Amino acid sequence: MFSAFLIKYGEIGIKGRNRHIFEDALMDSIRFSLSKVPGDFDVTKEQGRIYVKYSSDFDYDSSVAALKKVFGITSFCPVVISEDKSWDVITKASGDYIEEVYPDRNFSFKAFARRADKKYPKHSMEIAAEIGEYLLKRFPELSVDVHHPDVSFNIEIRECAYIYSIEIPGPGGMPIGTNGTATLLLSGGIDSPVAGYMIARRGVNINAVYFDAPPYTSERARQKVLDLAKIISAWCGPIELHIINFTDIQLAIFEHCPHDELTIIMRRYMMRIAEKIAWDEHRMGLITGESIGQVASQTMQSLRATNAVCHIPVYRPLIGFDKNDIIEIAEKIGTFETSILPYEDCCTIFVDRHPVTKPNVHGIEKSEHHLKGIIEDLVEEALRTQKVVVCE
Amino acid sequence: MEIYLDNAATTRPYEEVIDFQDRIMRECYGNPSSLHGKGFEAEKYIRYAQKTFADILKVEEKELLFTSGGTESNNMAIIGCAEAASRRGNHIVTTALEHPSVYNPVRFLENHGFTSDTVSSDEKGRLDLEALAAALTPDTVLVSIMGVNNEIGTVQPLADAVRIIREKCPEAVIHVDGIQTFAKIPVQPKKLGIDAFSVSGHKFHAPKGTGLLWVRDGIRMNPLLFGGGQQRDMRPGTQNVPGIAAMAKAAEIENADLPEKIQKMYALREYFIGEALKIEGVRLNGGLRAGDFTLSEDPEECAAPHVVSLGFEDIKSEVLLHALSDRGIYVSGGSACSSNHPNVSRTLKAISVPNEYIKSTLRFSFSYDTTQEELKTCIEALNEMLPVLRRYTEGGRKKRR
Repeated sequence: MFSAFLIKYGEIGIKGRNRHIFEDALMDSIRFSLSKVPGDFDVTKEQGRIYVKYSSDFDYDSSVAALKKVFGITSFCPVVISEDKSWDVITKASGDYIEEVYPDRNFSFKAFARRADKKYPKHSMEIAAEIGEYLLKRFPELSVDVHHPDVSFNIEIRECAYIYSIEIPGPGGMPIGTNGTATLLLSGGIDSPVAGYMIARRGVNINAVYFDAPPYTSERARQKVLDLAKIISAWCGPIELHIINFTDIQLAIFEHCPHDELTIIMRRYMMRIAEKIAWDEHRMGLITGESIGQVASQTMQSLRATNAVCHIPVYRPLIGFDKNDIIEIAEKIGTFETSILPYEDCCTIFVDRHPVTKPNVHGIEKSEHHLKGIIEDLVEEALRTQKVVVCE
Repeated sequence: MEIYLDNAATTRPYEEVIDFQDRIMRECYGNPSSLHGKGFEAEKYIRYAQKTFADILKVEEKELLFTSGGTESNNMAIIGCAEAASRRGNHIVTTALEHPSVYNPVRFLENHGFTSDTVSSDEKGRLDLEALAAALTPDTVLVSIMGVNNEIGTVQPLADAVRIIREKCPEAVIHVDGIQTFAKIPVQPKKLGIDAFSVSGHKFHAPKGTGLLWVRDGIRMNPLLFGGGQQRDMRPGTQNVPGIAAMAKAAEIENADLPEKIQKMYALREYFIGEALKIEGVRLNGGLRAGDFTLSEDPEECAAPHVVSLGFEDIKSEVLLHALSDRGIYVSGGSACSSNHPNVSRTLKAISVPNEYIKSTLRFSFSYDTTQEELKTCIEALNEMLPVLRRYTEGGRKKRR
């Protein structure tokens, strides 16, 4: 029955003279997201509204699922379009709409009308009143409530007549690509995919870096990260995943540095490498899944020690979240099930029994001094041998 | 180069088996239940398979059921026989070393009115016969004992166990999970005095998705599946003709000259263990020498020919496994079927492997195609890699600095 979706976008509507940039980015995101769903469609911008119009049969449920993942959409409405705007046709179409969409009609409603086509013989107040009257007559079990209706019934007269009443919430946020670019440090855990999702939701285009440590980590651990990147790409768009072989760096740290500082030093090298990758693509920041105090390497002191090597901003959207809050989002975006698969990642395999929880930057720098003359080549080599996989 | 030492997980199908299955799929695609010639042609392959297994196991053809594999055979034997006997009693006895496809059906039955006892084993993995005798009650309707353990390769003293069970519970159904036993230890279920025996095709170079359950004539068993009458309605569903025939072909090849092959494999095993134990910090789980179904006074005499379980001090087994894998040497950490679960192996715990070795255990399992050359390469790889890997573990560093 539905042949289109009306896309509502709140926040980007207020962006002044940049508005078209945001709207175009939103339309691109919608096109990308729906391209994986069967059906021929057009995304159009008409009189300050964005429509997805289908010219063929389409899979309603998967289209809705896809639109729910397009950042920038605050909500969207499945719409019935009637090209014939004559009064008899649109009143009947309105009645048929109610009949089909609401098998159980024991509810109150209010009719809203808009008349963009100013040549139309009835003005909007008349349209609303007369449609309401028609519906009441055809379905006596309905009632009208103009203050708190159960259903808001909308009819808009434009170049065609648009009828809709269902409003499906979108993910909100801003369209991908409207707010710069950043590099996500993606592990196989619960937090980092959520962090990537949250920053991408603000319109940031993200790529990602994964630190692989064969034979200490397995091919399945790497596959898990590829799977996670694929899951979040449904929200963030295609993700370029840079895979860094981190084994030799880790072994060098293990051999030359105090073991209670391993994790901190390791994370500092991860940051350095991630920053290099971000830098090469002119990306404006790093994203991590850190949250204060979650583990030894995420105390305020540890975060400071890790942060000290970075020159570009590090965005930590989960910084004030409890684990349960993070899990809730992970479940919502569909990464949780994959994140909890039990494969070793490179953070867990070299972890000391009693890692430092209050490192000081100076001390860590001193320990890193032992790596001088060895580590530079290893970092260089790790960057040189990186593999890039596009996950979508 | 590829050295496949994970044959207890699965095996590479024999070329002849692949060709045979391929030909049947192309040419004899009929439904064995169809009345026409094409159907009869397919039925002949089922008959061929029945005859082959009846000859090998020395049982009646009508006592054989073809299944989708070991898990189904074990489930059917345990759930089917327990339910059919539930009027006589509701008690089941198993051992601490069973595979999950035995362990979990018993858990299922516990949720449906049965109770169970688990018999412990000694540190070589042989079940404790006194404990077995103590566990049996007048209510015991089913005893399920694994023939050869999949993780450490221990052969159970089945003959002694059967004698004890028959004395105390003559009516109880005795099921043997023979998935690691078939074609590795010569076995004749009827002579052994058991009532049901499970076999899995892909453990002896047949395709995956093929299995067999022998149930002694006269033993009552309920079906798990309901359908159109095939296999006397005990396991309905159109038979997987190419798979069943291919499994029979593989069994034929595998069982030819079996005693000689087994002897050769024991020799390889001895060589491998001897070389492995020369390396510092390596420990063997299970018995050292060949065992049969009777309890030997020498606890070392209880090993199957194809499984070697080794513990490597100060090494996380997963790391060593991946390091070997990088060199094309494929082995398992513990039991492959449970590698996706982070919990430690029940078998290794049951035989009291020290904690520091439980997570450091690898299983090397051979096929009759495994060569001494391959094992030598594997030993060389271990000799090279262990000192390097240990340099980067806390324990290894302290001890060997």
